[in-house]
Parts: sequence; C-alpha cells; structure tokens
Amino acid sequence: MLAAARTLVCRDLRVALRRRSDVATALLFFVVVTSLFPLGIGAEPNQLRAIAPGVIWVAALLSSMLSLPRLFEADHADGTLEQMLLGAAPLGVTAAAKALAHWLVSGLPLALIAPLLALQYDLPAELYGVLVLSLLLGTPVLSLIGAIGAALTLGLRGGGVLLALLVLPLYAPVLIMGAGAVEMAAAGLGGHGQLLILGAMLIVAAAFAPWATAAALRIASE
Amino acid sequence: MLEARDLECERGGRILFQNLSLRLSSGDLLRIAGPNGSGKTSLLRILCGLLTPTAGEVRWKNTPIGSLKEEYSREIVYLGHAPAVKDELTARENLEAGCALAGLAVAADAIRGALVEFSIPEKPLRQLSQGQRRRAALARLRLSASVPLWLLDEPFAALDAGAAELTKGLIREQVERGGAVVYTTHQDAGLRDSRVLEL
Repeated sequence: MLAAARTLVCRDLRVALRRRSDVATALLFFVVVTSLFPLGIGAEPNQLRAIAPGVIWVAALLSSMLSLPRLFEADHADGTLEQMLLGAAPLGVTAAAKALAHWLVSGLPLALIAPLLALQYDLPAELYGVLVLSLLLGTPVLSLIGAIGAALTLGLRGGGVLLALLVLPLYAPVLIMGAGAVEMAAAGLGGHGQLLILGAMLIVAAAFAPWATAAALRIASE
Repeated sequence: MLEARDLECERGGRILFQNLSLRLSSGDLLRIAGPNGSGKTSLLRILCGLLTPTAGEVRWKNTPIGSLKEEYSREIVYLGHAPAVKDELTARENLEAGCALAGLAVAADAIRGALVEFSIPEKPLRQLSQGQRRRAALARLRLSASVPLWLLDEPFAALDAGAAELTKGLIREQVERGGAVVYTTHQDAGLRDSRVLEL
C-alpha cells in the first residue's frame, strides 16, 4: 500500500522534473507578486515590515493555488486516473500521495525561498525561522484542501475560476494563523500558539482531506 | 468468477442497455461487439467498477464488487481507451509505476523483457508515435499473468499487424491459463471467442 503511494509520489516528481516550466511558473509568480508590493507601496521600512508576513502568505497561497487545476487534469486526460481508482491501495492513500507530490513541487520551494523575499521587506532576520516554519506547516494544508477542490472541479469547463472560489475561503484560516504567527513573533510574543494551531490544522487535514478528495474523484470519473 | 445481473445503463438521458446479464467463468473469452455509442465502454466500466449501473449489480465470486473495492481491483486489469501512460516518462518508468499502482510486484528483468517483446524504445513517450504509446500500455498485459480477469477496451485500436498479433497471443495465453478476458471491438479480431455479446 505504501509502496504504491511512494511510487506515485516519485512518478509525479519525475513528471514535474521533466516539465520544469510548470514548477518554475508558480515559483516565479510568488517571487514577482511579493516583489511588486514594495515597488507599489514605496520604501517606507516600517510599513513594509508591517505588511511583510501578510503579503508573503497571500502570495504563497495564490501561487500554491495556481498549479491546482492541473493536479488531476493530466491524470484524467491520459487515463491514469482510472488506474488510480482501480489501484491496489485505497483511493484515500492515493489522493494523499498526490497532495504530497503537489506540496513537494509547489509548497516546499516557496517556504525555502521565503527568507530571500523577506529581505525586500526588511523583515528582521530572527523572524525568518518563524516565517519558514509557518509556511512549512501551512502550505501542506493548502495542498490537501486544494486537492479536494481540484477533484470536485475535475472535467468542468472554466473549472479554474470555480476552484478558486471554492478553495480560497477554506484557505482563510491557514492564512490568518500563518501570517499571525509571524506578526506575533515580530511583536515579541513568540507566535507558538499560531504555529501549534497550524500543526493541528495539518494533522486534521491530512487525516480527512484525502478521503474527501477520493470521494470527489469517484464522482468526477463516473 | 464474474456475474452481472440485470444491468441497466443510462447515459445522458438515453438508455444504452437493459436487463443485461452475463456470467464469466475461468477460461472464458467474451467479446463485446456493437456500433459506436452502443455502450461497449460503459459496460466495461461497469464491470470493472468505475461506473455504477442504473440498475442491477456485478458480483465477483458471489460478492458484490461494490463491497470488495480494492480487493476486486487487485483481481482485474482494465485497459481503457486512453493508454494510461505519462508522456513525460519512458515506457519502463510507466510500466513500473503502473504495476506498483496495481499492486503487482514485478522484477526489473520482466519489465525489460516485456519492452523488448513489444519493441518499445527507451525514450520519453512524448517522442514516440501513437501506436508505440499504445504498445507501451499493452506491455502491461505481459506482466499481468497472475491477474485472473482482463477487461480490455478496443485493445487492437492503433496497433500494427505485429503488435495486434502479439496482443492476441497474450489474450490466448491468458485464456489457456484459466483466466478470463472481456474485450470490446468493432470488427471480429479472429480470436476464438467463447461468446459474443452484441449491444
């Protein structure tokens, strides 16, 4: 069962590696959006420092959503989705593997380059740890919830916009806690509470979201 | 092995078939024939559990397939219209992933052998032709000898004579081995079908 999940993650990573443009687009989007804000708002360090956590988190959220429509679309088109539905492992496990692969490609890189982008906002270096940690805990939740939306809108025309409408409200708690953690840490209050809540969200999402995705995939493939 | 009772299928407000019953036992080769749009693919998808029939049920060894889930999935190979291969990967990588997903433990040698037999070059499938892609999908049958039931949708589409012969050979072997095969096709493929179902 886990062998099937591991194979699926490896396969998706290999496909992503051979289609680097998709990965690069999401990452560049993140870089460009976060770079536009300082240009638009002006170089007022205090203001930039104040908006940094929120802007970086919103950009990460949008960028992670950018690649969601493609999560199951290619599998649906080339027939591999049917093979996943008929796989030896329970479909929930397969869906979790897909979400994990999505996170490795579109969430993890964001978390890793976030400190570099925080430089533009003059964010104090001691906050980098909290920023990266909040993204490391929060972006997997985005992938897990996003997978439900991607499965629900699979095969629909104009599904991309619908997907955004479905998923963005569900992303709100993650955004509040993620950006909140960094703001709290900036205020000298640590931000541990928010990080713990993010961790709890991740556990709950990891336990339940794949099964919801699986149910949606079954409906979409009928 | 497989038994379908009073199946009814409705797609887009039109009833494709009604009161369809069939029974497959070991060594059976069933051909589903019929014109385009007559419901061949839908029937096959119902038999493998991808589609729920409007009425009736499918049983595997006397248990409804709905309650067997993955247990039933492990007993079948379904090759659909779409070849179920990734264009970015090579045929070997596709086969490895396909077998792992289906829960088949296959040795690297067996995979290499299947690729040589179907003469598929070691390149990403994007660089190969439609027929070669189809071969890459069918090569999985060579590795599925341990699976009792094969459900094949248009297995001979887009194949040249050589590959079609190879596939027919695999189907014959499966039937002689005591497995069962259900396949759809427009025209008679020249296999010794034990039964033909006209839709």
